[in-house]
Amino acid sequence: MTHLLNVVSVAGLVLLAAVLISLRKSHIRVEHSVSWLAAAVALIVLSRWKTALLWLTGALGVSDPPVALIMMIFCVFLVVLYRFSAIISELKDANIAVTQRLAILEYRLEALDHERQQALH
Amino acid sequence: MIITPAFNEEGAIGAVVREVKSLFPEVPILVVDDCSQDGTRDAARLAGASVLALPCHLGLGGCVQAGYKLAFELGYDYVIRIDGDGQHDPAYIPKILEALRNSPCDMVIASRFFDGGGEHTNWVRAIGIHLFRLVLRPILGKPVRDPTSGFVGVKRSALAVFAASFPLEYPEIEALVVLQRKRFTFQEIPCRMRPRAAGRSTITPVKSLYYIIHVLLGVFVNVLRFEGRRRRRQ
Repeated sequence: MTHLLNVVSVAGLVLLAAVLISLRKSHIRVEHSVSWLAAAVALIVLSRWKTALLWLTGALGVSDPPVALIMMIFCVFLVVLYRFSAIISELKDANIAVTQRLAILEYRLEALDHERQQALH
Repeated sequence: MIITPAFNEEGAIGAVVREVKSLFPEVPILVVDDCSQDGTRDAARLAGASVLALPCHLGLGGCVQAGYKLAFELGYDYVIRIDGDGQHDPAYIPKILEALRNSPCDMVIASRFFDGGGEHTNWVRAIGIHLFRLVLRPILGKPVRDPTSGFVGVKRSALAVFAASFPLEYPEIEALVVLQRKRFTFQEIPCRMRPRAAGRSTITPVKSLYYIIHVLLGVFVNVLRFEGRRRRRQ
């Protein structure tokens, strides 16, 4: 039990450090880092604060605190993944609209250029 | 306007464009190149088509919608979509146009199954088409023989809808539901499909299975969207 909690604490700290380093290097935007920071903090808090973990164990109706912890980790990452799926879908829609608009503008610009060339000759 | 979505169709696109231009020299033909890796763009231009060149690969739906958007902005009243692989015979274009002009429907589908035909399709796809017919029958309120046909003509009314909202992957079936949700109508006319002029179809049996699941999900999502809006209005 203690070993598992230590492993989760270390994983939480590694995640926290990785997110902060990525933020510092601008590899990840601040608004997209919030979910990961919250996940890292949840891991650290639950693995270090035994009262909270025992309360969670009772609230979830499971007999074993490690099972409650794993369930919580699973739920946290499920929420994060769902949030990013929604963001990716929005970005894909925007990307398609921009790509189509760019192609149409390029087409119309070429047509104008062609007309201008013809008018000059 | 005739629009032709194309992705890596260098071997066939030139012949398709030349055939269309020889039959209808006065009708503009627009090839929408979905960021092909081969010489599709140049082959289409050489054959005499205008080319709308997408800078990124969007897939069939995004590619067709780009053509619809441009046709809508340029003010065309009728747009006919013909594939770039040579399977659609341009000789049917006048029949599609005639049906669009002389009927109140907003979209005309050239159907390969109208008179019991239906060659050039694999068995998984054939099962899928049968399943789609069963699913679409109650949603559309009438039977559709060839819901996967890409040989279609649309009026400006449908063009406005598709320019704003068009399914991105495997668009033909979902497009029918999108139109029906707007209370628009469609009609089928018979046609015969030809074998591909060149290249390979991207639709394999495995992809067909994915296609069936994806399209069924898309159809139900469109139905749910409509019901949601209607309930809010009430």
